[in-house]
Amino acid sequence: MNKTDVLIIGAGPTGLFCAHQLGIIGLSCEIVDNLDKAGGQCIELYPDKPIYDIPALPECTGEELTNNLLQQIKPFNVKFHLNERVEQLNKVENRWHVKTSGGAEFDVAAIVIAGGVGSFEPRKFPVKECENFEGNSLFYSIKDKSIFKDKTISIFGGGDSALDWAIELSNSSKVNLIHRRDGFSGAESSVQKVKKLNDQGKLNLYTKYQIDSVSGDKNIKSVKIKHEEGEIKEIKTDYVLGFFGLIMQLGPILDWGLNINKKTIEVNTENFETNISGIFAVGDICSYPGKLKLILSGFHEGALAARGCFKYAKPDEKLRFEFTTTSKAAHERLGIKK
Amino acid sequence: MAKITYHTHDNKTHTIDIQNGLTVMEGAIQNDIPGIDADCGGGMACATCHVYVKEQWLDKLPTKEDGEEDMLDMAFEPKNNSRLSCQLIVSDELDGLEVNIPSKQG
Repeated sequence: MNKTDVLIIGAGPTGLFCAHQLGIIGLSCEIVDNLDKAGGQCIELYPDKPIYDIPALPECTGEELTNNLLQQIKPFNVKFHLNERVEQLNKVENRWHVKTSGGAEFDVAAIVIAGGVGSFEPRKFPVKECENFEGNSLFYSIKDKSIFKDKTISIFGGGDSALDWAIELSNSSKVNLIHRRDGFSGAESSVQKVKKLNDQGKLNLYTKYQIDSVSGDKNIKSVKIKHEEGEIKEIKTDYVLGFFGLIMQLGPILDWGLNINKKTIEVNTENFETNISGIFAVGDICSYPGKLKLILSGFHEGALAARGCFKYAKPDEKLRFEFTTTSKAAHERLGIKK
Repeated sequence: MAKITYHTHDNKTHTIDIQNGLTVMEGAIQNDIPGIDADCGGGMACATCHVYVKEQWLDKLPTKEDGEEDMLDMAFEPKNNSRLSCQLIVSDELDGLEVNIPSKQG
């Protein structure tokens, strides 16, 4: 059991800055995120795209913003639990016990949900039967590529993941790459490589085709693909891989008894607490009259929620307002030596 | 102002006056039309405001910007008449536009 003052759900910019604000006022926290790295939407959706509305930062990319925030919270040694999604919540006396998908357990005084639009999950095929094969011969990510050796693999998608895996797996497997149009969103150099491999007969490229159906018993035996003009082809295959990026889903948080309105959690604007005492929500996931889904709003919300957590974490102490410029306590917490 | 018609997956039709300058996505969200999620808020970064445009409107719409087709690769069951509704800005020229909202956004 990990015992800490506050559990932050979500390692996007809002969650990271909230960790900073908790650290400054002397509270400890740990962060859970379903992705394999910190940064949330900034790192997953637009790592290289510039952002122009972070106060006092005329221009920075999603990746730079994330790195700056990670550097800013370094003094507090915040522990991250990545690749984990929060599942279960229980109230035990005046503390919260939280369990994650990976089996981690937390005992905390308060919870800050900074979950963006939900946790990122792979987008799936629209064909219903695909579910039957998911995890045995149909995958949305690759954990162990050795299972594909000398097999036939049908890869769907036109982004970097689809192209990179098609190129790599074509070394030791028979690869079909199927994409809905002639253009690709992946890197041009990879597109050229794939076309070359196709010309050399080392890979079969099918463009303007999409999945139509899959069939098999326990494992997939073949996949039918449909051309945009309507023609259907059946391809024998051992494995099907789909790379359509990620989508955000709210997940088990929906069952926690929070007031949810259009996929967002209702909060008050005094300290961003939800209808459940001790659970706060900040950033894109919270809603209140006038809510703006901007990173800068998330920073403000995190600062107030952190102070809201104080009375749960240290019920016998009083929080005094201080500036980091002059506060001795803040300097100690930041590890600043004079 | 333009009248935009949204056909939702439950076979209902919603025809709404939408102010010029808003997007077809914002028109749907503000009027509680189900089936458009718009997770990223209109940034062409998520493909959850995907709609099918009625064929006769296809060439009357502004052409797709770089990136819209890339995002549509991620959409649920994209077709030739697929667009991201966050990229369709309402103007008098769009008066009468009809879009179908897919069964799912992801």
